[in-house]
Amino acid sequence: MSSVLRLYILVFILFLYAPTLLLPLFAFNDSTIIAFPLSGFTFKWFGVLWQEAGLQSAVTNSMIIATASSILATTLAMLASSASVRHTFPGKAPMMGFIMVPMFLPEIIVGVSLLTMLVLAGMPLSIYTIILGHTLICVPFCIAILRSSFQHLDPSMEEASLDLGETRATTFRRITLPLIVPGVISSLLIAFTISLDEFVIAFFLSGTEPTLPVYIWSQLRFPKKIPSIMALGTVLLVVSVCLLSLSEVIRRRNARRLGLDHKPGV
Amino acid sequence: MIELENIQKYYGQYHALRDVFCHIAEGEFFSLLGPSGSGKTTLLRTIAGFEHPDSGDVKIDGQSMAKVPPNKRPTNMVFQSYAIFPHMNVAENVAYGLRSRRLNKTDTKRLVRETLAKVDLVGYEDRAAHAMSGGQRQRVALARALILKPKVLLLDEPLSALDRKLREEMQSELRRLQRNLGITFVLVTHDQEEALTMSDRVAVMFEGRIAQIDSPETLYRQPATRPVAEFFGSMNVLFAEVLAQSTKDATVNVEGLGNISIPADQIPTIAAGAALCAGVRPELMTILDQGDTTAEKQTEAVITEVEYRGELTYYDIKFPGTQQPVCVSMRNTTTRRIKQVGDTVRIGWGRDSVVLLADQ
Repeated sequence: MSSVLRLYILVFILFLYAPTLLLPLFAFNDSTIIAFPLSGFTFKWFGVLWQEAGLQSAVTNSMIIATASSILATTLAMLASSASVRHTFPGKAPMMGFIMVPMFLPEIIVGVSLLTMLVLAGMPLSIYTIILGHTLICVPFCIAILRSSFQHLDPSMEEASLDLGETRATTFRRITLPLIVPGVISSLLIAFTISLDEFVIAFFLSGTEPTLPVYIWSQLRFPKKIPSIMALGTVLLVVSVCLLSLSEVIRRRNARRLGLDHKPGV
Repeated sequence: MIELENIQKYYGQYHALRDVFCHIAEGEFFSLLGPSGSGKTTLLRTIAGFEHPDSGDVKIDGQSMAKVPPNKRPTNMVFQSYAIFPHMNVAENVAYGLRSRRLNKTDTKRLVRETLAKVDLVGYEDRAAHAMSGGQRQRVALARALILKPKVLLLDEPLSALDRKLREEMQSELRRLQRNLGITFVLVTHDQEEALTMSDRVAVMFEGRIAQIDSPETLYRQPATRPVAEFFGSMNVLFAEVLAQSTKDATVNVEGLGNISIPADQIPTIAAGAALCAGVRPELMTILDQGDTTAEKQTEAVITEVEYRGELTYYDIKFPGTQQPVCVSMRNTTTRRIKQVGDTVRIGWGRDSVVLLADQ
């Protein structure tokens, strides 16, 4: 039985990650045709990437959008989580429900309705409209993370600070924020990642300034461009693995500093 | 020092604090004692400013606290969880409240050292908060509150998380600290022994109401109501009935013990519909040896249960014509023989052994 299970796990993991590993494989393959057998090793597709002006502006757009929407979404989520964990007020449950809905709504619906609304409001499409859209869909994920941070934070920590003479604002800066920092970092990273690879909303709202996924989609129509897209995918893969490792390192160091080693996920 | 005037607090339909009147004197060690859910912590948090009464007023030093937020009140609190800031070391924790006082570095350092000395933690300045034991965290929490020289120190079940030996040590240490500093301490506890050993006065709370405020000795010897009597140690509660009453005294018939004359000022005022009962502490009755005639009153009884507990032996006895067992405790000596179940004995007691209670 255990050998069957072991085989199952092996197949499962292979199915999960093998397609991803094809990216770097063909990124270093010296041929424009994506097929086996491989023909030779090369770095040239990475060189091609550098010369693409369209790619550079798409990367810049995506970075601006991902940074702005992750900060906006995390800030809004921090306020909402703190309110929902610490206080009771009339209409809290439906309010929190409505905030979480974009998590389950098909993105195409969000994209179309946002586009309709922006056009009706006469707002020109730009990276700012994409930031709005991405903030909207990131907030529920950020709330899911930050709510757990606030739930793990002993309310008497904040009360003790008030009791010792600090105002609510300084209490937030000196006590609350340092203690939920791991959650805030996770929230920023999740929102950044979601925004970075979000396609549908960006496609609807982008106007003349495509984001990275929109750019990649547009290039896939040209077979000659496919190997350099593979190279781009490889770069993105390495960057996201690095970001994820970094966030885990920060989380662990913080947990050790606060003596919480035994409580993962704080 | 602290005046609580007709405090009412509701959580939705739930009446958490009812008609609370209480005056706490300056320099007093005052305890709020009650079972869980009795409102004692809510009352403490009302004094600290974390809960707002629906009506009534909290006055500290004659000033109404109705519009004063917790950070502006002359009170500091030691939380049940201690609430030590985990991202700061011991010295930073203790100095936390000083920041708004704008002291320079040397003064801050000196004050932190002086305060840590008061709680016996010199040399722990640079320790991380999570590397401290439960007892040490408690001391850090104390130092952090005391460094601000509050007029009132509020303590929310500060000893409940400590093991028994450490708890007893901290009890006497808190008491000593309070005497030396002369600060008013208000302690919340559910442990009647803790309240009795530490406090000048104790307020006993049940269901959001203060049942009695008195010194520990009075609470033990002259409880006003049956719940208060039963909350402190063990108390035999017997059916009682007033047969005749004059301005000087009353003749009361107590189940099993017969008629007793009780001075009028010791008869509790009883709410309409409530009954009267009599309480007798197990240690205020003795099993008389043969030929012993020193007791003021004697009643025959049969032993139904014997429980040997080393220092004491507890006997359940039954008086003739009664159903309810009554507990008598006897100190064990080298010569005193342990009685057996079924023995008929003479119980010695006095009029002072009996206290009348309102059965609420």
